[in-house]
Amino acid sequence: MRVSLFVTCLGDRFFADAAADAVRLLRSLDVDVDFPKNQTCCGQPAWNAGHIPQAREMAAHTAAVFADSDYVVLPSGSCAAMLRCTYPRLLEAPVVAERSYELAEFLVDVLEITELGSGLEGRRLAYHHGCHALRELEVEEQPVRLLESAGAKIVPWEMDQECCGFGGLFAVKAPEVSIAMADRKLDTLPDVETVVSADGGCLLQLEGRARRRGVPIPFRPLASLLWEARSGRA
Amino acid sequence: MDVHSRDYRARARQIIEETPEVREAVNAATQTFVDNRQKAFADLDGTALSRWAERVKSHALSHLADYLEEAEARLVERGAHVHWAETASDVHQIFECIVREQGVKKAVKAKSMLSEEIGLNPFLESCGVEVFETDLGEYIIQLLGEPPSHIVGPSIHKSLDDTRVIFHERLGTPRDASPERLAEAARDLLRDAFLTADLGISGGNFLVAETGSIALIENEGNIRLSTSVPRIHIALVGIEKVLPKWADLPTFLQVTAKSATGQPVGCFVSMIQGPGGSPGDEPDGPEELHVVLVDNGRSRLLADPEAWEALRCVRCGACLNICPVYRQTGGHAYGYVYSGPIGGILGPGLVGLEETLPLPFASSACGACADVCPVRIPIPDLLHVWRQRAVERGLTSDVERSVLGLLTSTATRPRLFGWAEKAAGLLPAPVLRHLPMLREWSAGREPPRLEGPTFRELWDEGIE
Ligand code: SF4
Repeated sequence: MRVSLFVTCLGDRFFADAAADAVRLLRSLDVDVDFPKNQTCCGQPAWNAGHIPQAREMAAHTAAVFADSDYVVLPSGSCAAMLRCTYPRLLEAPVVAERSYELAEFLVDVLEITELGSGLEGRRLAYHHGCHALRELEVEEQPVRLLESAGAKIVPWEMDQECCGFGGLFAVKAPEVSIAMADRKLDTLPDVETVVSADGGCLLQLEGRARRRGVPIPFRPLASLLWEARSGRA
Repeated sequence: MDVHSRDYRARARQIIEETPEVREAVNAATQTFVDNRQKAFADLDGTALSRWAERVKSHALSHLADYLEEAEARLVERGAHVHWAETASDVHQIFECIVREQGVKKAVKAKSMLSEEIGLNPFLESCGVEVFETDLGEYIIQLLGEPPSHIVGPSIHKSLDDTRVIFHERLGTPRDASPERLAEAARDLLRDAFLTADLGISGGNFLVAETGSIALIENEGNIRLSTSVPRIHIALVGIEKVLPKWADLPTFLQVTAKSATGQPVGCFVSMIQGPGGSPGDEPDGPEELHVVLVDNGRSRLLADPEAWEALRCVRCGACLNICPVYRQTGGHAYGYVYSGPIGGILGPGLVGLEETLPLPFASSACGACADVCPVRIPIPDLLHVWRQRAVERGLTSDVERSVLGLLTSTATRPRLFGWAEKAAGLLPAPVLRHLPMLREWSAGREPPRLEGPTFRELWDEGIE
């Protein structure tokens, strides 16, 4: 099986190691991974802010880049939701929409994997559900199941499905509210060693706020944890 | 009511930074509403109910004129006076006539968001009428001189202790009075007002066309008193409140109460179809019933093919309760009578986009509101419609336009994009901190770590 990795603009710049882990993970599952070099940004920042022509341009570019891909896998819930749920509003016949998957979703729903390994034995994690993965892609169980089957304990967190306050440009247009939202998440966090999420924007937001407040918990991308689950290598 | 939405960010900041107790009170109260709502729908097929409610409301809105005329005919048959008001000042005029002719000096008022929308209280006071809000929450904020902070719980931003203080100062209750004691003090004072007022004012949750019935949901009994004890009753009803059939009403009453507070129905539901002694079945009640059907921007919104669905709203407040943005500040930050997600789609529609900016942007687009709306208003999509229009009309910031323009032109040139991603990592932190937008980011958050290779570079080196 061949998949194209869409690393996304945030993934390329801020989560390069995690994206590399996604490649290692997929290869270890006998998946052929390619990386179309012309990929850039899916257009979500422009779409969210209401700048439609710009969003459409980026969507058209992305759709062309992945036109020949059998599957497009993204280590990002919100960008996957952009391709699948929003591209049909921006483009005529965006075949890429039906072929795009968030990483954990791809593993569970397409590859039908239930267990990756036992590399997370004894780990206590909290899982932050990004809004678009949860409500647009309806990806909820998949990442949690993969982490748990590798031995991790996902500690219940009353706010695990509440927005972190990132929201694209919202984070800088209403920064005080955005930060208060992140604080709610941090203030309710249970006793865990790491917080995991499939969304780069959420991770930047939560980690940025946690570091500023001196909360010493790491916030890590799902792809890295899944590779640890498989390889046992931290 | 005046609109002060422009100051959204400054007000929100002020509330968050200077009155943390507001955030706590709003968080606690909305969480209780959310939990109760969830329990209320636990054993029901909420989706089927909301699909049905959506259909009925959409149908009523698409035949609005017919149903309103039907309701008017039924009401008139029973001796009610029906008035049509296009604007807030039309409503004011109608009130002024009645108040003058009848020599009204004192009015008791049931909670009505529409009355807030059209600024009724200040107007009546300018006519020399003393107005008593009779809903306990409304009464508290009336004492404080504040607008409601929530559609259903107007004083949601106040703690019990805030209420103790204001009651102590204004009504002389003990500083540590129990909630029962506070309610008793309000009851004593309001009872006198009910008995001496010449006018009772209410809103209307629903108006049934088939029977001309105005349905009102409440928990305190004050609406029933306001609408039946005084000599005159005026009901303000938004034209979008119409339901076609009597048989539609029970389900709407339930869905609204469950969505609002998690109650099976409100403690009291009043049905009003005419003045006291009117032909048929109304032995009790006021001598005169006036029903004011208010447009105030609704027809214009209804004619907007992309944004009209906001008019299905039954004002249950569920979208406010679930909204993580609303929960940080409560309603006052929004500077408009309707706050939270519904405010962001009603404000631009009823008042105008320019006047209510940045309300459609006061959302992180998390989508939680769409999950709870009992009439399936696609709130995130409608917020997005107004965002698009704000951009198209040049109402958003130049910085934002330039940044997104730059992103687009880079993102459609892959080599340049790859280079830019790499170059971003070379920028020294102090420079970054001063770039537009990153400045706002860095005020309360550490900037993202930029060091290290990009994924593109890792890929080129070969991933082992
Ligand atoms: S938009 Fe929907 S959820 Fe919000 S107040 Fe109106 S009916 Fe309730």
